[in-house]
Amino acid sequence: MSTKFNIHNFNFYFNGSPVLKDLNLDVTSNEILGVIGPAGSGKTTFLRSLNRMNELEAGIRTEGEILMDGQNIYDPEVDVAGLRKRVGMVFAMPVPLPMSIYENVVYGPRLSGISSKSRLDELVEKSLKEAFIWDEVRDRLKLSGLRLSGGQQQRLCLARVLAMKPEVILLDEPCSGLDPISTAKIEDALTVLKKEYTIILVTNNTKQAARVADKTAFFLMGEMIEVGLTRQIFTAPAKKETHDYITGRFG
Amino acid sequence: MRINPRHTQKGAVIILGGATILVLLILAFIIIFILEKGLPVVNLQFLSSKPRDLGRAGGIFPTIIGTIILPVVALLIATPLGVFTSVYLSEYTKETTLTKVIRFGTDCLAGIPSIIFGLFGYIFFVITLQMGWSILAGSLTLAVMVLPTIIRTSEEAIRAVPKVYREVSFSLGASGWQTVKKVILPNALPGIVTGVMLSIGRSIGETAAVIFTAGSSLRIPTTAFDSVRTMAVHFYILAREGISQENAYGTAATLIIAVLIINLTAYWLMNRFIARRG
Repeated sequence: MSTKFNIHNFNFYFNGSPVLKDLNLDVTSNEILGVIGPAGSGKTTFLRSLNRMNELEAGIRTEGEILMDGQNIYDPEVDVAGLRKRVGMVFAMPVPLPMSIYENVVYGPRLSGISSKSRLDELVEKSLKEAFIWDEVRDRLKLSGLRLSGGQQQRLCLARVLAMKPEVILLDEPCSGLDPISTAKIEDALTVLKKEYTIILVTNNTKQAARVADKTAFFLMGEMIEVGLTRQIFTAPAKKETHDYITGRFG
Repeated sequence: MRINPRHTQKGAVIILGGATILVLLILAFIIIFILEKGLPVVNLQFLSSKPRDLGRAGGIFPTIIGTIILPVVALLIATPLGVFTSVYLSEYTKETTLTKVIRFGTDCLAGIPSIIFGLFGYIFFVITLQMGWSILAGSLTLAVMVLPTIIRTSEEAIRAVPKVYREVSFSLGASGWQTVKKVILPNALPGIVTGVMLSIGRSIGETAAVIFTAGSSLRIPTTAFDSVRTMAVHFYILAREGISQENAYGTAATLIIAVLIINLTAYWLMNRFIARRG
């Protein structure tokens, strides 16, 4: 098992106050890492540090390094757009761009310069299949992405990320607005996808982490309290805070 | 004593609805008044022939040319400049004192009376740059005049595009410019078109700034350095100099119908664009 990310002494500050404190963590390839913790614990900031989406905000500062395949992604030489193509992201709220289903999926590939119709068609079918939504939309690819249901929209967003052929998929509470059936479909897709991708799943639903994650990390107030095999975190956590959170004492 | 909300509600409906009806009545009255006085004069002959005897007789053909060409050239200059500026201000700069000063400046410019722009155009384009009374000088002056409107309306339209669209585009590996081109401008287009339409309307109706810079020649222009007369200027001269009331109203009626056609076409085109994007 190779390591995708090595995170060394990573600190993140927003307007001078620390949001992530001295984070050290390795993320293994082709696994699902679940990230749990109460609101404001830094889970989302951690996720957005991995594709440098945090930089769209003003007033941020980072310390330490995040190595992806051995290369520091905070190196000034790094092409940020290229990094984001390798590290795809699904947001908490499904956000299809206001264009057709087809155009949503090929948005990333087109940016990479792929313009052949047959190549794009192929990518659309493959990505929508991988996101478990092909059968529902195959006859209406010209329909606006905004006309789909919430659960379908979120799977469309997943397909859109898959079409870029990323190495890593970051998911930021992807099921927070979805019904249980849609949630199950996303979870099914993830367990298949981990064979090809490294997946990091931030979730407010601890049961979801227990269901799909291979490893689970617990964040609290900007610090990672504990990381380990999901089974171990949920049955015999080493730290009292983890135990309290999982059993619902707080959060 | 407390008034029953049912009565205040009734009062509100009467006042708000009454204001709306009053506004519509005034508008309808103006349009009907002008069309009634002007339409009897308007026919194919009137539209396609040259004026004779300073406009006392004959048609308004050269002024139609002038009315088309001045705003078209002005908007061809002002639209890209204005839209690019607004994109730069809203997407490529962080909100600082400088951008606030620029925004305040454009707001002030938008409120300056057009005759001041006319005077500026006369001194700068006509005299200093030696363009003379010409299409070029007139168009440039109109472009400067409508630029603040285009910048401000475009900026509002761009700011109204949801922030999450930008995030999604960036997260899919788009550069700033790709995001602007593929997501922001298409979604801001209706607002931008509204600003351009307002500007076309202002340019077509503009009189003071045009007399100062494009002159009032009744000949059909052949180069960009020829003077032209627009319908608005023609109307002003006919009415002001007491040359011909009938032809003045005929010109005004043509102008109103032209503006109506332009607006309807623009909104039709825009709706088609939106419908095609789904």
